[in-house]
Amino acid sequence: MKEKLLEINNLTVHYVVENEVVQAVNNVSITLNRGETLGLVGETGAGKTTLALSILRLLPDPPGRIADGEIIFNGKDLLKCSDKEMRKIRGEKISMIFQDPMTSLNPVLTVGEQISEMIRLHRKVSRTESTRLAVEALESVGIPGERYLEYPHQFSGGMKQRVVIAIALACNPELLIADEPTTALDVTIQAQVLNLMMNLKKEKNTSLILITHDLGVVAETCDKVAIVYAGEIVEYGTLEHIFNNPSHPYTVGLFGCIPNLYQDVKRLKPIPGMMPNPTDLPVGCNFFERCSSRMDCCKEKKPATIEVEPGHLVKCFMAGEELTGR
Amino acid sequence: MSVLLEVQNLKKYFNTPKGVLHAVDGVSFKLERGKTLGIVGESGCGKSTLGRTIIHLLDSTEGKILFEGKDITHPTKKELKILRREMQMIFQDPYSSLNPRMTVERIIAEPLLIYKQYDSKEETYKRVRELMDIVGISPRFADSYPHELDGGRRQRVGIARALALEPKLIVCDEPVSALDVSIQAQILNLMQDLQEEFGLTYIFITHDMSVVKHISDNILVMYMGIPFEFAESKELFKKHYHPYTKALLSAVPIPSIKYKKKPILIKGEISSPINPQPGCRFALRCPYKQDVCLQQDNPLVELSPNHFVSCARAREVNDV
Repeated sequence: MKEKLLEINNLTVHYVVENEVVQAVNNVSITLNRGETLGLVGETGAGKTTLALSILRLLPDPPGRIADGEIIFNGKDLLKCSDKEMRKIRGEKISMIFQDPMTSLNPVLTVGEQISEMIRLHRKVSRTESTRLAVEALESVGIPGERYLEYPHQFSGGMKQRVVIAIALACNPELLIADEPTTALDVTIQAQVLNLMMNLKKEKNTSLILITHDLGVVAETCDKVAIVYAGEIVEYGTLEHIFNNPSHPYTVGLFGCIPNLYQDVKRLKPIPGMMPNPTDLPVGCNFFERCSSRMDCCKEKKPATIEVEPGHLVKCFMAGEELTGR
Repeated sequence: MSVLLEVQNLKKYFNTPKGVLHAVDGVSFKLERGKTLGIVGESGCGKSTLGRTIIHLLDSTEGKILFEGKDITHPTKKELKILRREMQMIFQDPYSSLNPRMTVERIIAEPLLIYKQYDSKEETYKRVRELMDIVGISPRFADSYPHELDGGRRQRVGIARALALEPKLIVCDEPVSALDVSIQAQILNLMQDLQEEFGLTYIFITHDMSVVKHISDNILVMYMGIPFEFAESKELFKKHYHPYTKALLSAVPIPSIKYKKKPILIKGEISSPINPQPGCRFALRCPYKQDVCLQQDNPLVELSPNHFVSCARAREVNDV
C-alpha cells in the first residue's frame, strides 16, 4: 500500500536582491510516497538546494521568499505551520544531511554530545538515557561507541558524514533530505556511505529526497527521479523512465556529457552554452538557447507538462516525439 | 614514437612533526610525445604531489626525471626558467588559480611578458586574442576580472595561460572536478582538440575514473604514494589485477540501469604514509591479505604485456 507522505504543489521561491528577483524555484510539484527515494538531479544553480530548504522552511529570509504554492507533509501544509510547530517537525519528522560534513558539525562539541542534544530536544529522556541512545546511534552507522567523546576534527571526512547521518536519523524521521551527501567523499568511501544510508533507510522505512548531480549515484539508489533545470522540473518519472527513455532534450544532453566506464566514446557531446540567468529567465522554454531540438514555438511560450507514459512527465513541446537534431 | 618524459624511481618525502611522510614513494614511468597519462587515486594518494614534483613546483627527494632524454632532476635557476616554458600546469580550482586583480587579458599575457616573447605590446596582445579564440573565450571578456566569469570560462582562461608559451607537456591537476557535467564535457573536448592540434602531451591527474578512462592512453593507479597498477587505458578497464583497483572501479556509480553490479566494499580508509612499515600499504584493507603481503615491498611486476601490478598475490588472486 503506497501512502503519500509529501506533496508539493506549484511551489515558487524567489530571492529578492537589490530590486532584482532571482526566480530560484518555479512552479514545482512533487509527490513522494512513504519509503520511496526521489532523486533531484541538476547542475549548480538549478534550485535543488533552495527546494530542499523550502521544505524545511530554512530559507534565509530575506532575501528568500516562498511566493506561491503549498508543501503538504502528512496532510498538513508546512507553509502554514507556526515557527514552534516547525521546530518540532525539523529533526523529528524531517531531517537533513548537508553536503559538507566538515562544516555541518559543531567543532567545539563532542560528536556524542551533538547526537544526544538532538535526542534530548525531541524526546523527554534523561541525560543518561540520551547518552545511551547516542552511543547506539553511533554504532548503527559503524562508528565504535568509544568515540562518543571525540571531537569532529578527530574524524576523517567519511566518518564525519557518518556522524551527520547518525544525527539525522537519531529521532527516526519520516523524511530525510540529503543534499549531495557524498560529493565531498572519495569513491570507495562514497560506496560505504551510500550503502549505509540505503540500509538504514530500508530498516526504518524512511523516505528520502536525494539531491545530487551524479546520475551514477541516482541509478544506484533512487526509485523516482526529477531532473531540475533553471528552477523547474523538466522531467519526472521512475528510474526506468528516466534511464531507459529520457525524453527531455536536457536529460538526453546530460547523459551525453558523462564519459561512461562501459562504453567507448571518442568525443563527448556537451550541451552548448550555459544555464540562463535566473534574474532574467526567457519568455519561452528555459532550455531554448541550448536545445538542439528547438522549434520556433519554444521561444514564444513555455511548454506545458505532458505525460508521455503513465507517471512520466516531460516539460517539452517535443515530448513523446522523436527528438531531432542529435 | 619518441619518449618525452621519463620518471625513474621518483620519491618525494615531507618532514612532518609526526615523522617522514612518504607522499610519493618510487614512481617510474615513460610518457610518449602526444599521449596522455592519467594518474588516478583517492585524496591523499600522492597524485598531485607527483605532478608538482615532475614540473618542479616541488623538489624531488630521490630519483630521476628525464625530459627529452635530458636529466632535469636538479636544474639550475637558469635551466629551470627554460624548462618552465616547456612544461605548464592547469590547476584544479579555477577560482583560486587566477589572480583576482588582473583582467583576463593580463592573466593570459603574463607568461608572454615574463619571457619577453614579443617586442611590442601590440604583438603580445594580438597573441592573447589568438589564444582566447583558441580556447573559446569571446573577446568581450578581455577586460573582465576572474570573479565576473563562471567556472567553465575561468578554466578556459587557465588553459589559455598554460598554452601561451607553446609548451610540450601540460600537467593537468583535476582540471574538470570543480565543473558541472555539461561544462566538464565542453572542457574535456577542448583539451582533446588542443592535444590534436598542438601535439601536446598531458599528465592528467584526477579522481574520476570515467573521466580518466575517456581521456587517457595510459593509466597509473596510486595508493599512499605507491604505484599499484600501470596499464594501457583500455586494458586496465578490461582487466584489473590489483585488489585496490578492483574495489576502486567497482565503487564508481554507473549512470545506467543496465549494468547492475555490487560494489566491492573495502573496509576502513586511506591513512597517511608517515614512517610506513615495509609491505603492502593496502594490506590492512585488502580482502586477500596474507602474511606474505606484510613481509616485503612489492615492486611493479609485468603480469601481462605492458600491464604492471604491485601485489604479492596478484598471480594467485587473478589466476594468471
